[in-house]
Amino acid sequence: MSTLVFLEHHEGELQKDSLGVLGKAAQLDGDVSALIAGSRVEGLAAQAGKYGATKVYVADDPALEAPLPQPRVDVAADLVRRHGFDTVLFGATVLTADVAAGLAARLDAGLNWDLVDLAEHNGKLVGKRPALDDTVYVDVGWKNEPRLALIRTGTFEPVESGGEAEVEQVAVELEDFSTQAKMIEQAHEESEGPSIEDADVIVAGGRGLGGPENFALVEELAKALGGAVAATRAVVDAGWYPYSTQVGQTGKTVAPRLYIAVGISGAVQHKVGMQGSNVIVAINKDPNAPIFEYADLGVVGDLHEIVPKLTELVRQRKAA
Amino acid sequence: MTKPSDFPPPFSVSEAIAPPTDPEDERIEVGVAIVGAGPAGLACAIRLGQLLEDAPAVAERLGEVPVAVIEKGKQPGSHLLSGAVVNPRALQRLFAGRKRLDEMPFYGPVDQESVYFLTSNRAVRIPTPPTMKNHGNRVASLAELGRWLAEQADEAGAMILPETAATKLLVDHGRVRGIRTGDKGRGRDNEELPNFEPGSDVGARITVLAEGTQGHLTGAAIERFGLEGENPQVWALGVKEVWRVARPLRRVIHTLGWPLRAGAKYREFGGSFIYPMGDDLVTLGMVVGLDYRDVEVSVHDLLQELKTHRLVRRLLEGGERIAWGAKTIPEGGFLSLPKRLHAPGLLLAGDGPGFVNVPALKGIHYAIETGALAAEAAFAALQRGEAVGRRGALACYDEAVRQSFVWRDLQEVRNMRQAFGRGFWLGGALAGAMTASRGKFPPGDAGTEPDAEQELLRTDRARSYPAADGKLTFDKLSSVFLSGNKTRDDAPNHIRVQTEVPPELAELWARMCPAQVYEPKEGGVEVTASNCVQCGAITAKGGRLTPPEGGSGPEYTVT
Amino acid sequence: MKIAVCAKVVPEQARRIDPQTKRLDRSGEQALNPFDANAVEEALRLKGDGADAEVVLVSLGPERSLDALRKALAMGADRVVLVSDEAAEGSDLVASSYALARALEREQADLVLFGQQANDSDGAVMWAAVADRLRRPLISQVAELTVSDGTLRGKRQTEFGYDVIEAPLPAVVAVSDAINEPRYPSLKGIMGAKKKPQETVSLGDLGVEADHAGEAGSRTEVYAIGDPPPRGETQRIDDNGSGAEKIVEFMLQRKAL
Repeated sequence: MSTLVFLEHHEGELQKDSLGVLGKAAQLDGDVSALIAGSRVEGLAAQAGKYGATKVYVADDPALEAPLPQPRVDVAADLVRRHGFDTVLFGATVLTADVAAGLAARLDAGLNWDLVDLAEHNGKLVGKRPALDDTVYVDVGWKNEPRLALIRTGTFEPVESGGEAEVEQVAVELEDFSTQAKMIEQAHEESEGPSIEDADVIVAGGRGLGGPENFALVEELAKALGGAVAATRAVVDAGWYPYSTQVGQTGKTVAPRLYIAVGISGAVQHKVGMQGSNVIVAINKDPNAPIFEYADLGVVGDLHEIVPKLTELVRQRKAA
Repeated sequence: MTKPSDFPPPFSVSEAIAPPTDPEDERIEVGVAIVGAGPAGLACAIRLGQLLEDAPAVAERLGEVPVAVIEKGKQPGSHLLSGAVVNPRALQRLFAGRKRLDEMPFYGPVDQESVYFLTSNRAVRIPTPPTMKNHGNRVASLAELGRWLAEQADEAGAMILPETAATKLLVDHGRVRGIRTGDKGRGRDNEELPNFEPGSDVGARITVLAEGTQGHLTGAAIERFGLEGENPQVWALGVKEVWRVARPLRRVIHTLGWPLRAGAKYREFGGSFIYPMGDDLVTLGMVVGLDYRDVEVSVHDLLQELKTHRLVRRLLEGGERIAWGAKTIPEGGFLSLPKRLHAPGLLLAGDGPGFVNVPALKGIHYAIETGALAAEAAFAALQRGEAVGRRGALACYDEAVRQSFVWRDLQEVRNMRQAFGRGFWLGGALAGAMTASRGKFPPGDAGTEPDAEQELLRTDRARSYPAADGKLTFDKLSSVFLSGNKTRDDAPNHIRVQTEVPPELAELWARMCPAQVYEPKEGGVEVTASNCVQCGAITAKGGRLTPPEGGSGPEYTVT
Repeated sequence: MKIAVCAKVVPEQARRIDPQTKRLDRSGEQALNPFDANAVEEALRLKGDGADAEVVLVSLGPERSLDALRKALAMGADRVVLVSDEAAEGSDLVASSYALARALEREQADLVLFGQQANDSDGAVMWAAVADRLRRPLISQVAELTVSDGTLRGKRQTEFGYDVIEAPLPAVVAVSDAINEPRYPSLKGIMGAKKKPQETVSLGDLGVEADHAGEAGSRTEVYAIGDPPPRGETQRIDDNGSGAEKIVEFMLQRKAL
């Protein structure tokens, strides 16, 4: 196997998620190369070696400064054709989804997305992807090469293998149509914290809170964890919290790494909006609450006592 | 003790009646407007299509859209729910020479049937009462039958308009001019949201109301045109489930007795049905008259309790619940029918006016027959070319219904339900006498009290409801989910009830409602309208269900 | 201005995968992919009252998709072009984007719009593949869109906030569901929908060769469907004062902190 991993970067740092995918690639057969595209990014190449790449291709050009997908398709396509990579991996983001799909069209190459695992079986590469609101898992594959894959955010943790990679600068040649879209104003880190759809961590509050003023407990914990605040239909109906934060059948569907449900009974209308979460912790004083059927950790107790203590402990840990 | 009728809903029928208001050039005109894509409405549309096919001159006079069917559900079938064992005679007449019985979506004829009297731990087989014999009848899912009838209606040239609620009857100078459709895109406080779309006036030469149980415009029309029957209407609430089963059921089962109580003071009239749907599916339901008095009665929970009986549990073992739903059934019978079924420009068909044979548990074939008769009457009037809005122009419809088997059947069993108001044992004896004498004995017509006028009482009935185990028994919220209900949360509240009510009334409603819309709270009751599956029970017991935004509510597929 | 909206018709509810074909069970009621309604709405807004503007829906699917696509006509779109061909069954991204690109080339639209994702495959990838085949600039995840003097300006939602991106027409834009609230079709619109032009074309009509179509033209495959790994037993604890500590321990153990 000869794998190329697309590494995304933001404000001078390689994205953790991309590095995780790089680490996974290093576990598979064959050699692993990385691609870093941007402007003034040579400094990032060294990091790629530490996380599993034996070779790093750097496409450095002012035209690549803005995080726009189409020029990156040109660079990646060129690289794949020149060096014959049979597999190209991406950690999924808004940007890489567009790059991977554009590349699939350019090379007429198969793309499987939202994968949560990759493995080799009898010489074939097989991906695992959840479907139908994470209620089934599908084994997917590629009929020929190159094989393109988008890995679901947060699937693989970076592993520092401490190696060194050979760095090669690549010439950048872009199609006319690829440079027609121009970045006028680039986004910068939001100071308010992530929206619930993008959040890695969500703390959600339900009727068990007792009143809108108690959402402060939920907000404090979310802030300490660097996460977003969500609400159930019942409390949104009652006007305690805005509809934009509602999770559930008639609200948003989320699948963060960590979902802490505070004072939520967990009826199926809520469950379908968050059952794909990686780790679910529930705090409720009712031992018969349905949420205890599917939470990973269920704590039966008074949230007014548990949540502030939890917030404090989290703050201490993070400070340390 | 309190009666639900002590707290009448904040609703007046005049809200549902209005003159046309859209400017002339914006008004939508159709030939015949049929409200409701259920068996009655669709049979009407199909029959009209058949008649218009052979009378192009009449069709032309009806304009670009000769027949329109207005349906508030997401699609035809979404709001249809019944047992059901259907007498095929009306369908055979409707499709005579066009479709055979085996081309219709039935699950097979009824071969064997059993009736049981249940106690908590026994099932005693009793002979099938003659009114309940089902030989020659077919098992069906009404939702599936509705979808199939809609396809036939579409092929017959009708325009079916789903996701459209008919909220007002357009009446001008004493005659019905059509209907007005409901607004879409209003918020919780009725404010106009960014995508607000106002309803429209739909003008029609003849309007057929086939709204089914608790018909919104039907009720308004009956009051407005003075069509009230001898007795007030009363209803039963049916809650049912469909299960995928490990072993096929090979007979139709009805049960009486447990978990209902026989004592006269409880007024718990009803029973259960268990029908096979092919080899893999079974449908079962609990039907209870809404004249019950105990605040702790919950038909949904009685169904869950029923499933714990040995007889039923065995049938469902190894199976999986795949559908749930609830709907009311008009039970007043013959004496509660409106005294006239027409008004200038208006015809009433199906469950709306109440064509249900309670002892036989049949209403679908009457809906189809009255729908077809309404079509024939409408067509005859249109063909004569006279002003259909003239008084008496549609009287031929009433004539036709009175000559039909519908009338005969209902008249024969007219006092049966009322007999059971006296309790199971006396009721049973009276019912037996009525059957044997084909309705001649006892003589006279029994009276009925509206369900909302029954005085409440309290026992500790709820104690024996099983806790939901998620495998055999289920809670209300997960059941609402299974009904496909995805009504948006910020929709306006379509349920009219007084909210400052005494605790026993709040509890009555909370338990009565299969969808957990009502919850007792300090000083009264809290209403979560978006759970509503539009069964209509609240209208029987002191409140009023009005049509919510078109397209909302349950999305039944196999009920 | 001519605006083409690429729409998909998806199963209405109770989604399940057919164990035989290993593809989504597409029987039962079909509906316009809810996210595509945002694209239709945006197209209608851009069209405004413009008599010289046209909104055409382009879709790939079986013949009966026309019923569901009519919703867009009821909302106000002018025309539907449905690419319907048995040979297209089982198309993956590579094959579908190829067919759609051919259909769009035929339309020569100034602007091609997509919705946020497909409800059935949860894919958010079609527009990038199509844009590449059409060789047109792309702006995706657009939460706000303006067009003036042949230039598009889009506010693009990313993990870091909003970018503002400009591109000249003709271009491809994928809108996010935050961009607008799709209108309810008026009754007049619903009744008039059936009369608007609805064209069905085959892959042959578009010049799509057999080896680019359906399974033959696809580069990915499905091997098996299974259950997700079990969540495992719920660990239950009763708080006796140390609940918070136990939660932290658990989160560390599960690498959630």
